[in-house]
Amino acid sequence: MGIVVVGLSHKSAPIEVREKLYFPEETIPAALGKLMSYEGIRESLIISTCNRVEIYASVADSARGVDRIKQFISEYHGIARGALEGSLYVYPDSQGVRHTFRVASSLDSLVLGEAQILGQLKDAYDIALKAKTTSTILNKLIKKSISVAKRVRTETRLAEGAVSISSAAVELAKKIFGDLTGKTVMLLGAGEMAELAAQHLLGNGVKNIMVANRTFERAEELAKEFKGDAIRFEHFPDALVMVDILICATGAPKYVVNRDMVARIIKDRRHRPIFMIDISNPRNIDPEIDKVDSVYLYDIDDLQSKVDVNTEGRAKEAERAEELVTQEVETYLQWERGLDAIPTIVDLREKVEDIRKRELDKTLGSLNGMTDDQKRAVDIMSQAIVNKLLHAPLVILKQAAASTESGDATLAIARKLFNLDKELKRPVHHGKASEQPGEKVPGPVKERKDVC
Amino acid sequence: MNLTFFFAAVALYLIATAGYCIFFIQPERKSIASISLWTTFLGFVLHFIYFILRWSEGGRIPVTSFFEAINALGMGIVMVFLIMELRYRIPALGTFMLPLVLILMAPAAVTSRQIAGLDPILKSAWLGIHTSLALLGDAAFAFAFIVSLMYLLQDHQLKHKRLGAIFHRLPPLDVMDTISYRALSIGWPLFTLGMITGSIWAESAWGTYWSWQPKETASLLVWVLYLAVLHLRTIGWRGRKMAYLTIAGFLFVLISFFVVSRIGVGKHTF
Repeated sequence: MGIVVVGLSHKSAPIEVREKLYFPEETIPAALGKLMSYEGIRESLIISTCNRVEIYASVADSARGVDRIKQFISEYHGIARGALEGSLYVYPDSQGVRHTFRVASSLDSLVLGEAQILGQLKDAYDIALKAKTTSTILNKLIKKSISVAKRVRTETRLAEGAVSISSAAVELAKKIFGDLTGKTVMLLGAGEMAELAAQHLLGNGVKNIMVANRTFERAEELAKEFKGDAIRFEHFPDALVMVDILICATGAPKYVVNRDMVARIIKDRRHRPIFMIDISNPRNIDPEIDKVDSVYLYDIDDLQSKVDVNTEGRAKEAERAEELVTQEVETYLQWERGLDAIPTIVDLREKVEDIRKRELDKTLGSLNGMTDDQKRAVDIMSQAIVNKLLHAPLVILKQAAASTESGDATLAIARKLFNLDKELKRPVHHGKASEQPGEKVPGPVKERKDVC
Repeated sequence: MNLTFFFAAVALYLIATAGYCIFFIQPERKSIASISLWTTFLGFVLHFIYFILRWSEGGRIPVTSFFEAINALGMGIVMVFLIMELRYRIPALGTFMLPLVLILMAPAAVTSRQIAGLDPILKSAWLGIHTSLALLGDAAFAFAFIVSLMYLLQDHQLKHKRLGAIFHRLPPLDVMDTISYRALSIGWPLFTLGMITGSIWAESAWGTYWSWQPKETASLLVWVLYLAVLHLRTIGWRGRKMAYLTIAGFLFVLISFFVVSRIGVGKHTF
């Protein structure tokens, strides 16, 4: 019995391979159903995004389980086993637990700390829940991984700081203006990066956008796309008064925005701050402007160095997050080991109770003329003897199971000593039955972007 | 016995300061910020109990000796901080505000804590009204002063592209600009009322509204300065220049509080 993860990601396989194994969302319930028909697969979950395709399962036997899952993938997608081996990774047992926690915490993501994956994991879990292919083990594993992800998010700075030029621009804008709602952006010139930055700002509450371009048609086009206003290029200096954030990328060979232009508007703006982003090369905004009060000018290098610092910072935080994950894997494994002890404890109790009842009936049957009180006294005495005798073994079983790896040995000895495996059938605890989880599954996280 | 409350309050402020400093270095430990806030609040409660006990012991509001004045000012600043923190939820404020409280109250360690006698002519309801208004005004000015310092620090980070830890911890420029202005627009009317009640009281006690004592002159200067700050704000001054003016205003408050009152002559001398 244990957890296995079989799959592939941006780290193990190129997109050409990943897309062959992709499970479109609507096909996943059926795929899960098919997977469950393989022998020894007790619970399963499929996560399929543009960066990773992974199958999480709780299986009767790890090695055989991995084999069955690979067989399933091969048969389902019609790819020969041999062609798969090179790109699939396999994480059995405790490695599987660690991998799940790392994925949920975004330690395995293309961009460290990006929250998107957690939402995708929750969605995948929802699908599996509806398909009733999860039970005790996977329910616990996924819920635990969600809480680990939250811990990583709140206790480390893994997700702190922008790691792209356009998100760095947003981060800076927020440190200047606080709330971006009601702020006005002007896009001066067009270009992929400028548009991306504008898009990011719009996604963060900016409502008004103005577009100025040398060719007015292009400006109109862009303005339409962003639901903004197009203005003629020669009019932009006058419109600057209303602008809080200026994104400049004209491709002109000289400065387009100069100091006089800005000095003139700053008073009319009542000294409200203005954030200027120059992502053109050569630069279009005179760097001298930065000396004007309430103007904050950033060029592409400034933003890039911010991104570099943040990326480095995230890598450093990842180390701390890994430590957290290690701790959490340990608590999870403890829970799992405790689970191992439950059947033995139940068996032992049942067996002893069985003996006690049988012997009690025998004795009481052969004794005539006892009052009810006397019979009850004998009953109570037998219970007391049994409880006292069982006390120490039960305590030891619970401790051994939860603490060390020698727990398995202790359990085995107990089963042997009390002869538990021969007479009584073990109650099945991890059957295929789907145990519905008690708590509600949290919805997708807010920051989710629909990139995948 | 009463002093125990005072020292317990100061100890709690110290703990909260340490907490806020740790939070500033490790902002992912959000629980530290709320623990520090609660510690500050508890400190304030003890501080207030001490204030009341001293009041009942001396039979008058304890604001007449140097010790009592800095004690009341410290308490006022903590109160303004707590109100603003509950309203705006900017824990970084605590990292800067509480050290100011501790510094301003530091002379309490060496100054006399005796309850001194008071000229019977000063025993009047006006004593409480005039001083609490003036002190609350001062406390709001202190708050605006700290926020302005934080503003300049953040402005410096943004201008020089130092986008490190300090940049991340400090609130946005616009937010600081706004709350500093809010504090001034509450503080200045309180301070004004403090001056008006003071002069009404002077009239009833000595028969003259205004006698150009050093403290009165200094307060008038402070009053005019903040009036100018508020006026410039309404005609559109913002940002760095406002921050500098707000800081300058508080330096005058400090001079008036710590220098003029100490060396001067007249009713405000302790």
